[in-house]
Amino acid sequence: MIETININKTFGKLRVLKDISIKLENNSSVALLGPNASGKTTFIKSVLGMVLPESGTIKVNNTDIKNDDSYRSQIGYMPQIGRYPENMNIGQVFEMIMDMRKEQMNHADTDLLDAFNMKSIFHKRMGTLSGGTRQKVSACLAFLFRPKIIILDEPTAGLDPLSSEILKEKVKTEKNNGKLIIITSHILSELDELVSEIIFFREGELMFHKKLEELQLQTGEKSVSKVITTILKNNNE
Amino acid sequence: MNKIVKYIMLDILKSKVVIAYLVFLMVTGFSIFNLDENTSKGLISLLNIILFIVPLVCLIYATIYIFNSSEFIELLTAQPVSRKKLITSIYAGVVLSLTLAFLIGIGLPILLFTPDATGFIFLLAGILLTLIFTSLAFLGSIVTKDKAKGIGVAIFIWLFFTILYDGLLLLLMFQFGDYPIEKPLMILTTFNPVDLARILILIHTDYAALMGYTGALFNEFLGSQKGTITILLILLIWIIVPTMIAVRKFRKKDL
Repeated sequence: MIETININKTFGKLRVLKDISIKLENNSSVALLGPNASGKTTFIKSVLGMVLPESGTIKVNNTDIKNDDSYRSQIGYMPQIGRYPENMNIGQVFEMIMDMRKEQMNHADTDLLDAFNMKSIFHKRMGTLSGGTRQKVSACLAFLFRPKIIILDEPTAGLDPLSSEILKEKVKTEKNNGKLIIITSHILSELDELVSEIIFFREGELMFHKKLEELQLQTGEKSVSKVITTILKNNNE
Repeated sequence: MNKIVKYIMLDILKSKVVIAYLVFLMVTGFSIFNLDENTSKGLISLLNIILFIVPLVCLIYATIYIFNSSEFIELLTAQPVSRKKLITSIYAGVVLSLTLAFLIGIGLPILLFTPDATGFIFLLAGILLTLIFTSLAFLGSIVTKDKAKGIGVAIFIWLFFTILYDGLLLLLMFQFGDYPIEKPLMILTTFNPVDLARILILIHTDYAALMGYTGALFNEFLGSQKGTITILLILLIWIIVPTMIAVRKFRKKDL
Protein backbone atom coordinates (compact mmCIF):
# COMPACT_ATOMS: atom_id res chain seq x y z
CA MET A 1 0.00 0.00 0.00
CA ILE A 2 1.27 3.45 -0.87
CA GLU A 3 -0.19 6.65 0.47
CA THR A 4 1.06 10.14 -0.29
CA ILE A 5 -0.32 13.14 1.55
CA ASN A 6 0.12 16.59 0.03
CA ILE A 7 3.59 16.09 -1.37
CA ASN A 8 5.25 19.05 -3.04
CA LYS A 9 8.46 19.17 -5.01
CA THR A 10 10.16 22.00 -6.85
CA PHE A 11 13.25 21.96 -9.01
CA GLY A 12 14.51 25.51 -8.98
CA LYS A 13 11.48 27.60 -9.91
CA LEU A 14 9.60 24.74 -11.49
CA ARG A 15 6.94 23.08 -9.36
CA VAL A 16 7.08 19.46 -10.42
CA LEU A 17 4.63 18.02 -7.91
CA LYS A 18 1.79 20.14 -6.55
CA ASP A 19 0.03 18.86 -3.45
CA ILE A 20 -0.22 15.29 -4.62
CA SER A 21 -2.38 13.08 -2.42
CA ILE A 22 -2.88 9.58 -3.68
CA LYS A 23 -3.80 6.33 -2.01
CA LEU A 24 -2.95 3.07 -3.71
CA GLU A 25 -4.19 -0.20 -2.25
CA ASN A 26 -2.69 -3.63 -2.59
CA ASN A 27 -4.20 -5.87 -5.20
CA SER A 28 -4.46 -3.13 -7.78
CA SER A 29 -2.62 -2.32 -10.93
CA VAL A 30 -2.21 1.35 -11.65
CA ALA A 31 -1.24 3.16 -14.83
CA LEU A 32 0.56 6.43 -14.23
CA LEU A 33 -0.10 8.57 -17.27
CA GLY A 34 0.57 12.09 -18.40
CA PRO A 35 2.50 14.09 -20.99
CA ASN A 36 6.27 14.51 -20.76
CA ALA A 37 7.45 16.52 -17.76
CA SER A 38 4.15 16.08 -15.95
CA GLY A 39 5.78 14.68 -12.83
CA LYS A 40 5.30 10.95 -13.28
CA THR A 41 8.92 9.96 -12.80
CA THR A 42 9.38 12.45 -9.97
CA PHE A 43 6.38 10.89 -8.24
CA ILE A 44 7.84 7.41 -8.59
CA LYS A 45 11.23 8.60 -7.43
CA SER A 46 9.67 10.24 -4.39
CA VAL A 47 8.06 6.95 -3.42
CA LEU A 48 11.43 5.24 -3.81
CA GLY A 49 13.18 7.86 -1.71
CA MET A 50 15.37 9.05 -4.58
CA VAL A 51 13.77 12.47 -4.69
CA LEU A 52 13.05 14.13 -1.37
CA PRO A 53 9.84 16.19 -1.45
CA GLU A 54 9.89 19.56 0.32
CA SER A 55 6.68 18.88 2.18
CA GLY A 56 4.13 16.14 2.64
CA THR A 57 4.22 12.59 3.86
CA ILE A 58 4.71 9.35 2.01
CA LYS A 59 3.67 6.11 3.64
CA VAL A 60 4.47 2.68 2.33
CA ASN A 61 2.53 -0.07 4.11
CA ASN A 62 1.57 2.44 6.78
CA THR A 63 5.09 3.48 7.75
CA ASP A 64 6.48 6.91 6.99
CA ILE A 65 9.39 6.48 4.60
CA LYS A 66 11.27 9.47 5.92
CA ASN A 67 14.52 8.29 7.50
CA ASP A 68 13.69 4.69 6.74
CA ASP A 69 15.46 2.41 4.27
CA SER A 70 14.09 -1.02 5.08
CA TYR A 71 10.71 -0.34 3.46
CA ARG A 72 12.40 -0.61 0.07
CA SER A 73 12.80 -4.36 0.57
CA GLN A 74 9.09 -4.53 -0.29
CA ILE A 75 9.52 -2.68 -3.58
CA GLY A 76 10.81 -3.89 -6.92
CA TYR A 77 11.78 -1.10 -9.28
CA MET A 78 12.52 -1.17 -12.97
CA PRO A 79 14.00 2.15 -14.11
CA GLN A 80 13.34 3.83 -17.42
CA ILE A 81 17.01 3.72 -18.42
CA GLY A 82 19.06 0.87 -17.09
CA ARG A 83 22.79 1.49 -17.21
CA TYR A 84 25.18 -0.76 -15.38
CA PRO A 85 28.91 -0.74 -14.64
CA GLU A 86 30.59 -1.54 -17.95
CA ASN A 87 33.07 -4.12 -16.79
CA MET A 88 30.70 -6.23 -14.73
CA ASN A 89 29.06 -9.15 -16.43
CA ILE A 90 25.36 -9.92 -16.12
CA GLY A 91 25.97 -12.62 -13.51
CA GLN A 92 27.89 -10.22 -11.29
CA VAL A 93 25.14 -7.61 -11.43
CA PHE A 94 22.66 -10.21 -10.24
CA GLU A 95 25.07 -11.46 -7.56
CA MET A 96 25.63 -7.92 -6.32
CA ILE A 97 21.95 -7.05 -5.93
CA MET A 98 21.23 -10.49 -4.46
CA ASP A 99 24.02 -9.95 -1.93
CA MET A 100 22.42 -6.66 -0.93
CA ARG A 101 19.07 -8.33 -0.32
CA LYS A 102 20.31 -11.65 0.93
CA GLU A 103 17.59 -12.17 3.53
CA GLN A 104 15.01 -12.19 0.72
CA MET A 105 16.87 -14.71 -1.39
CA ASN A 106 15.42 -17.93 -0.02
CA HIS A 107 12.26 -17.41 -2.00
CA ALA A 108 13.59 -15.72 -5.11
CA ASP A 109 11.39 -15.48 -8.16
CA THR A 110 13.36 -16.63 -11.19
CA ASP A 111 10.44 -16.89 -13.63
CA LEU A 112 11.63 -13.98 -15.76
CA LEU A 113 15.26 -15.09 -15.59
CA ASP A 114 14.20 -18.41 -17.08
CA ALA A 115 11.76 -16.90 -19.56
CA PHE A 116 14.40 -14.50 -20.92
CA ASN A 117 16.99 -17.29 -20.78
CA MET A 118 19.30 -15.01 -18.82
CA LYS A 119 21.52 -17.72 -17.38
CA SER A 120 22.92 -18.49 -20.82
CA ILE A 121 24.28 -14.93 -21.17
CA PHE A 122 25.49 -14.47 -17.57
CA HIS A 123 29.09 -14.18 -18.78
CA LYS A 124 28.44 -11.20 -21.10
CA ARG A 125 29.86 -7.82 -20.09
CA MET A 126 27.30 -5.11 -19.36
CA GLY A 127 29.20 -2.68 -21.59
CA THR A 128 28.58 -4.86 -24.65
CA LEU A 129 24.84 -5.33 -24.15
CA SER A 130 22.11 -3.77 -26.26
CA GLY A 131 19.55 -1.48 -24.67
CA GLY A 132 16.91 -4.19 -24.86
CA THR A 133 19.03 -6.76 -23.04
CA ARG A 134 19.83 -4.28 -20.28
CA GLN A 135 16.10 -3.63 -20.03
CA LYS A 136 15.59 -7.37 -19.52
CA VAL A 137 18.18 -7.37 -16.74
CA SER A 138 16.30 -4.51 -15.05
CA ALA A 139 13.01 -6.35 -15.40
CA CYS A 140 14.40 -9.55 -13.87
CA LEU A 141 15.82 -7.57 -10.94
CA ALA A 142 12.48 -5.86 -10.29
CA PHE A 143 10.63 -9.16 -9.86
CA LEU A 144 13.44 -11.20 -8.32
CA PHE A 145 12.64 -10.64 -4.66
CA ARG A 146 8.88 -11.18 -4.83
CA PRO A 147 8.18 -7.61 -3.71
CA LYS A 148 4.69 -6.60 -2.63
CA ILE A 149 4.96 -3.43 -4.70
CA ILE A 150 6.31 -3.39 -8.24
CA ILE A 151 7.12 -0.13 -9.98
CA LEU A 152 7.80 -0.21 -13.71
CA ASP A 153 8.92 2.96 -15.49
CA GLU A 154 8.40 2.56 -19.24
CA PRO A 155 8.94 -1.19 -19.00
CA THR A 156 8.56 -2.19 -22.62
CA ALA A 157 10.47 0.65 -24.29
CA GLY A 158 13.26 -1.03 -26.22
CA LEU A 159 12.07 -4.60 -25.73
CA ASP A 160 11.36 -6.80 -28.73
CA PRO A 161 7.70 -7.90 -29.16
CA LEU A 162 8.29 -11.40 -27.82
CA SER A 163 10.08 -10.20 -24.68
CA SER A 164 7.58 -7.47 -24.02
CA GLU A 165 4.83 -10.09 -24.26
CA ILE A 166 6.69 -12.21 -21.68
CA LEU A 167 6.98 -9.21 -19.40
CA LYS A 168 3.31 -8.35 -19.78
CA GLU A 169 2.32 -11.91 -18.93
CA LYS A 170 4.48 -11.68 -15.81
CA VAL A 171 2.81 -8.41 -14.81
CA LYS A 172 -0.60 -10.05 -15.25
CA THR A 173 0.40 -13.01 -13.10
CA GLU A 174 1.66 -10.76 -10.33
CA LYS A 175 -1.45 -8.62 -10.55
CA ASN A 176 -3.52 -11.73 -9.92
CA ASN A 177 -1.26 -12.55 -6.99
CA GLY A 178 -2.54 -9.46 -5.20
CA LYS A 179 0.47 -7.21 -5.72
CA LEU A 180 0.38 -3.47 -6.15
CA ILE A 181 1.75 -2.66 -9.57
CA ILE A 182 2.50 0.82 -10.88
CA ILE A 183 3.28 1.25 -14.57
CA THR A 184 4.11 4.34 -16.55
CA SER A 185 3.96 4.06 -20.28
CA HIS A 186 3.34 6.16 -23.34
CA ILE A 187 2.11 3.16 -25.27
CA LEU A 188 -1.47 3.16 -24.05
CA SER A 189 -2.57 0.17 -26.10
CA GLU A 190 -0.35 -2.20 -24.17
CA LEU A 191 -1.97 -1.23 -20.87
CA ASP A 192 -5.37 -2.63 -21.78
CA GLU A 193 -5.17 -5.95 -19.98
CA LEU A 194 -2.72 -4.81 -17.36
CA VAL A 195 -4.27 -2.00 -15.37
CA SER A 196 -7.32 -1.56 -13.19
CA GLU A 197 -6.82 2.09 -12.21
CA ILE A 198 -5.56 5.17 -13.99
CA ILE A 199 -3.79 8.16 -12.55
CA PHE A 200 -3.33 11.15 -14.79
CA PHE A 201 -0.81 13.88 -14.13
CA ARG A 202 -0.56 17.22 -15.87
CA GLU A 203 2.05 19.86 -15.09
CA GLY A 204 2.65 18.43 -11.66
CA GLU A 205 -1.00 18.26 -10.73
CA LEU A 206 -3.15 15.22 -10.21
CA MET A 207 -5.91 15.49 -12.83
CA PHE A 208 -7.73 12.34 -11.85
CA HIS A 209 -7.33 8.99 -10.16
CA LYS A 210 -10.11 6.61 -11.09
CA LYS A 211 -10.91 2.99 -11.69
CA LEU A 212 -10.69 1.99 -15.32
CA GLU A 213 -14.25 0.62 -15.28
CA GLU A 214 -15.54 3.92 -14.04
CA LEU A 215 -13.75 5.78 -16.84
CA GLN A 216 -15.03 3.30 -19.38
CA LEU A 217 -18.60 3.94 -18.24
CA GLN A 218 -18.04 7.68 -18.21
CA THR A 219 -16.68 7.82 -21.77
CA GLY A 220 -18.44 4.85 -23.30
CA GLU A 221 -15.11 3.63 -24.72
CA LYS A 222 -13.39 0.34 -24.04
CA SER A 223 -9.66 0.60 -24.68
CA VAL A 224 -7.38 2.65 -22.50
CA SER A 225 -6.13 4.78 -25.37
CA LYS A 226 -9.66 5.67 -26.50
CA VAL A 227 -10.71 6.40 -22.93
CA ILE A 228 -7.80 8.76 -22.38
CA THR A 229 -8.13 10.58 -25.69
CA THR A 230 -11.84 11.09 -25.12
CA ILE A 231 -11.27 12.55 -21.68
CA LEU A 232 -8.54 14.85 -22.93
CA LYS A 233 -10.72 16.05 -25.82
CA ASN A 234 -13.64 16.76 -23.48
CA ASN A 235 -11.34 18.66 -21.18
CA ASN A 236 -10.04 20.84 -23.97
CA GLU A 237 -13.48 21.80 -25.19
CA MET B 1 28.89 -2.76 2.89
CA ASN B 2 31.85 -4.94 1.99
CA LYS B 3 29.80 -6.53 -0.72
CA ILE B 4 29.14 -3.32 -2.61
CA VAL B 5 32.83 -2.45 -2.28
CA LYS B 6 33.81 -5.82 -3.68
CA TYR B 7 31.71 -5.54 -6.81
CA ILE B 8 32.74 -1.97 -7.48
CA MET B 9 36.38 -2.99 -7.24
CA LEU B 10 35.73 -5.93 -9.56
CA ASP B 11 34.37 -3.44 -12.07
CA ILE B 12 37.04 -0.76 -11.72
CA LEU B 13 40.07 -3.02 -11.66
CA LYS B 14 39.05 -4.31 -15.08
CA SER B 15 38.78 -0.82 -16.54
CA LYS B 16 41.38 0.09 -19.13
CA VAL B 17 42.01 3.50 -17.58
CA VAL B 18 43.05 2.06 -14.24
CA ILE B 19 45.26 -0.56 -15.89
CA ALA B 20 46.86 2.16 -18.05
CA TYR B 21 47.44 4.23 -14.89
CA LEU B 22 49.16 1.30 -13.20
CA VAL B 23 51.34 0.58 -16.22
CA PHE B 24 52.24 4.25 -16.63
CA LEU B 25 53.30 4.52 -13.00
CA MET B 26 55.36 1.37 -13.20
CA VAL B 27 57.11 2.32 -16.45
CA THR B 28 57.86 5.80 -15.08
CA GLY B 29 59.14 4.38 -11.82
CA PHE B 30 61.45 1.83 -13.37
CA SER B 31 62.80 4.16 -16.03
CA ILE B 32 63.58 6.96 -13.56
CA PHE B 33 65.37 4.67 -11.14
CA ASN B 34 67.28 3.09 -14.01
CA LEU B 35 68.36 6.45 -15.43
CA ASP B 36 69.95 7.64 -12.22
CA GLU B 37 72.42 5.83 -10.01
CA ASN B 38 71.45 8.01 -7.08
CA THR B 39 68.08 6.65 -5.93
CA SER B 40 67.45 9.65 -3.68
CA LYS B 41 67.64 11.90 -6.73
CA GLY B 42 65.42 9.47 -8.58
CA LEU B 43 62.85 9.68 -5.82
CA ILE B 44 62.73 13.47 -6.20
CA SER B 45 62.18 13.22 -9.96
CA LEU B 46 59.48 10.66 -9.35
CA LEU B 47 57.95 12.93 -6.71
CA ASN B 48 57.45 15.74 -9.20
CA ILE B 49 55.65 13.42 -11.57
CA ILE B 50 53.52 11.80 -8.85
CA LEU B 51 52.38 15.13 -7.46
CA PHE B 52 50.90 15.99 -10.86
CA ILE B 53 49.63 12.64 -12.02
CA VAL B 54 48.02 11.17 -8.90
CA PRO B 55 45.67 14.10 -8.21
CA LEU B 56 44.80 14.39 -11.90
CA VAL B 57 43.93 10.73 -12.38
CA CYS B 58 42.00 10.48 -9.10
CA LEU B 59 39.98 13.61 -9.79
CA ILE B 60 39.11 12.88 -13.40
CA TYR B 61 38.59 9.14 -13.05
CA ALA B 62 36.44 9.33 -9.92
CA THR B 63 34.34 12.16 -11.39
CA ILE B 64 33.70 10.32 -14.65
CA TYR B 65 33.03 7.10 -12.76
CA ILE B 66 30.33 8.70 -10.63
CA PHE B 67 28.61 10.38 -13.56
CA ASN B 68 28.76 7.23 -15.69
CA SER B 69 27.32 5.20 -12.83
CA SER B 70 24.55 7.65 -12.02
CA GLU B 71 21.77 5.37 -13.31
CA PHE B 72 23.28 2.40 -11.50
CA ILE B 73 23.61 4.41 -8.30
CA GLU B 74 19.92 5.30 -8.69
CA LEU B 75 19.05 1.65 -8.99
CA LEU B 76 21.09 0.89 -5.89
CA THR B 77 19.29 3.59 -3.91
CA ALA B 78 16.06 1.76 -4.73
CA GLN B 79 17.41 -1.20 -2.76
CA PRO B 80 17.04 -1.41 1.01
CA VAL B 81 20.35 0.28 1.89
CA SER B 82 20.92 3.68 3.38
CA ARG B 83 22.36 6.41 1.20
CA LYS B 84 25.23 6.88 3.62
CA LYS B 85 26.24 3.26 3.39
CA LEU B 86 25.88 3.34 -0.36
CA ILE B 87 28.06 6.38 -1.01
CA THR B 88 30.74 5.37 1.48
CA SER B 89 30.87 1.92 -0.13
CA ILE B 90 31.24 3.41 -3.59
CA TYR B 91 33.93 5.76 -2.28
CA ALA B 92 35.75 2.85 -0.66
CA GLY B 93 35.52 0.85 -3.86
CA VAL B 94 36.95 3.63 -6.03
CA VAL B 95 39.63 4.62 -3.53
CA LEU B 96 40.78 1.06 -2.87
CA SER B 97 41.08 0.34 -6.58
CA LEU B 98 43.09 3.50 -7.27
CA THR B 99 45.27 2.87 -4.20
CA LEU B 100 45.92 -0.67 -5.34
CA ALA B 101 46.93 0.55 -8.80
CA PHE B 102 49.26 3.12 -7.20
CA LEU B 103 50.75 0.64 -4.75
CA ILE B 104 51.54 -1.89 -7.45
CA GLY B 105 52.65 0.66 -10.03
CA ILE B 106 54.95 2.69 -7.77
CA GLY B 107 55.42 0.25 -4.92
CA LEU B 108 57.21 -2.32 -7.02
CA PRO B 109 59.98 0.00 -8.30
CA ILE B 110 60.36 1.53 -4.84
CA LEU B 111 60.57 -1.87 -3.21
CA LEU B 112 63.33 -2.84 -5.63
CA PHE B 113 65.35 0.39 -5.59
CA THR B 114 64.81 2.20 -2.27
CA PRO B 115 63.20 -0.14 0.26
CA ASP B 116 63.74 2.24 3.20
CA ALA B 117 61.86 4.72 5.39
CA THR B 118 61.88 7.41 2.69
CA GLY B 119 60.41 4.98 0.18
CA PHE B 120 57.72 4.08 2.69
CA ILE B 121 56.87 7.74 3.33
CA PHE B 122 56.71 8.24 -0.43
CA LEU B 123 54.13 5.49 -0.78
CA LEU B 124 52.19 6.81 2.18
CA ALA B 125 52.08 10.30 0.68
CA GLY B 126 50.84 8.87 -2.62
CA ILE B 127 48.07 6.93 -0.89
CA LEU B 128 46.99 9.98 1.11
CA LEU B 129 46.86 12.06 -2.08
CA THR B 130 44.74 9.34 -3.71
CA LEU B 131 42.29 9.45 -0.80
CA ILE B 132 42.16 13.24 -0.69
CA PHE B 133 41.61 13.85 -4.38
CA THR B 134 39.11 11.05 -4.72
CA SER B 135 37.03 12.56 -1.93
CA LEU B 136 37.33 16.00 -3.53
CA ALA B 137 36.15 14.43 -6.79
CA PHE B 138 33.18 12.85 -4.98
CA LEU B 139 32.32 16.15 -3.39
CA GLY B 140 32.60 17.96 -6.73
CA SER B 141 30.45 15.49 -8.62
CA ILE B 142 27.79 15.26 -5.93
CA VAL B 143 27.42 19.03 -5.82
CA THR B 144 27.33 19.53 -9.61
CA LYS B 145 24.46 18.31 -11.71
CA ASP B 146 25.88 17.43 -15.10
CA LYS B 147 28.96 15.63 -16.27
CA ALA B 148 30.55 18.51 -18.18
CA LYS B 149 30.33 20.79 -15.15
CA GLY B 150 31.61 18.01 -12.91
CA ILE B 151 34.69 17.44 -15.05
CA GLY B 152 35.21 21.21 -15.23
CA VAL B 153 35.20 21.37 -11.43
CA ALA B 154 37.62 18.44 -11.25
CA ILE B 155 40.07 20.08 -13.66
CA PHE B 156 39.82 23.35 -11.79
CA ILE B 157 40.57 21.65 -8.46
CA TRP B 158 43.59 20.02 -10.05
CA LEU B 159 44.88 23.23 -11.62
CA PHE B 160 44.31 25.13 -8.42
CA PHE B 161 46.22 22.81 -6.12
CA THR B 162 49.04 21.84 -8.44
CA ILE B 163 49.76 25.16 -10.18
CA LEU B 164 47.66 28.17 -9.21
CA TYR B 165 48.06 27.89 -5.46
CA ASP B 166 51.84 27.87 -5.53
CA GLY B 167 51.79 30.77 -7.96
CA LEU B 168 49.64 32.78 -5.57
CA LEU B 169 51.96 31.97 -2.66
CA LEU B 170 54.94 33.06 -4.74
CA LEU B 171 53.21 36.32 -5.58
CA LEU B 172 52.52 36.87 -1.91
CA MET B 173 56.17 36.21 -1.06
CA PHE B 174 57.39 38.78 -3.57
CA GLN B 175 54.85 41.35 -2.52
CA PHE B 176 55.45 41.04 1.20
CA GLY B 177 59.10 39.97 1.12
CA ASP B 178 60.08 42.78 3.46
CA TYR B 179 57.80 41.56 6.24
CA PRO B 180 58.12 38.50 8.51
CA ILE B 181 55.68 36.35 6.59
CA GLU B 182 57.15 32.94 7.44
CA LYS B 183 54.40 31.91 9.78
CA PRO B 184 51.42 33.02 7.71
CA LEU B 185 53.07 31.37 4.74
CA MET B 186 53.41 28.14 6.63
CA ILE B 187 49.78 28.24 7.64
CA LEU B 188 48.76 28.96 4.06
CA THR B 189 50.73 25.95 2.90
CA THR B 190 48.61 23.64 4.99
CA PHE B 191 45.67 24.60 2.81
CA ASN B 192 47.25 22.74 -0.07
CA PRO B 193 47.51 18.95 0.25
CA VAL B 194 49.89 18.72 -2.73
CA ASP B 195 52.39 21.04 -1.04
CA LEU B 196 52.01 19.12 2.19
CA ALA B 197 52.76 15.83 0.47
CA ARG B 198 55.81 17.40 -1.18
CA ILE B 199 57.12 18.70 2.16
CA LEU B 200 56.39 15.39 3.84
CA ILE B 201 58.63 13.57 1.42
CA LEU B 202 61.31 16.21 1.15
CA ILE B 203 61.98 16.45 4.88
CA HIS B 204 62.78 12.78 4.72
CA THR B 205 65.39 13.04 1.97
CA ASP B 206 68.95 14.38 1.88
CA TYR B 207 67.59 17.34 -0.02
CA ALA B 208 65.92 18.84 3.01
CA ALA B 209 68.41 21.71 2.91
CA LEU B 210 67.65 22.59 -0.72
CA MET B 211 63.96 22.22 -0.68
CA GLY B 212 62.79 25.75 -0.85
CA TYR B 213 61.13 28.21 1.34
CA THR B 214 58.06 26.65 2.88
CA GLY B 215 59.65 23.26 3.32
CA ALA B 216 62.59 24.76 5.15
CA LEU B 217 60.17 26.57 7.41
CA PHE B 218 58.38 23.39 8.30
CA ASN B 219 61.68 21.79 9.10
CA GLU B 220 62.78 24.66 11.29
CA PHE B 221 59.54 25.13 13.18
CA LEU B 222 58.46 21.61 13.65
CA GLY B 223 61.54 19.46 13.47
CA SER B 224 61.43 16.30 11.45
CA GLN B 225 59.29 13.98 13.55
CA LYS B 226 56.89 16.53 14.89
CA GLY B 227 56.62 17.95 11.39
CA THR B 228 55.76 14.56 9.96
CA ILE B 229 53.00 13.96 12.46
CA THR B 230 51.55 17.44 11.99
CA ILE B 231 51.52 17.06 8.22
CA LEU B 232 49.94 13.61 8.46
CA LEU B 233 47.22 14.97 10.73
CA ILE B 234 46.46 17.84 8.39
CA LEU B 235 46.34 15.44 5.45
CA LEU B 236 43.89 13.28 7.40
CA ILE B 237 41.67 16.32 7.89
CA TRP B 238 41.88 16.84 4.13
CA ILE B 239 40.44 13.35 3.68
CA ILE B 240 37.80 13.43 6.39
CA VAL B 241 36.25 16.84 5.85
CA PRO B 242 35.48 16.60 2.10
CA THR B 243 34.23 13.03 2.55
CA MET B 244 31.91 14.05 5.35
CA ILE B 245 30.52 16.97 3.39
CA ALA B 246 30.11 14.74 0.33
CA VAL B 247 28.19 12.11 2.34
CA ARG B 248 25.96 14.77 3.86
CA LYS B 249 25.23 16.34 0.47
CA PHE B 250 24.53 12.94 -1.07
CA ARG B 251 21.98 12.10 1.60
CA LYS B 252 20.02 15.21 0.69
CA LYS B 253 20.46 14.97 -3.06
CA ASP B 254 17.65 14.39 -5.54
CA LEU B 255 18.73 11.66 -7.91
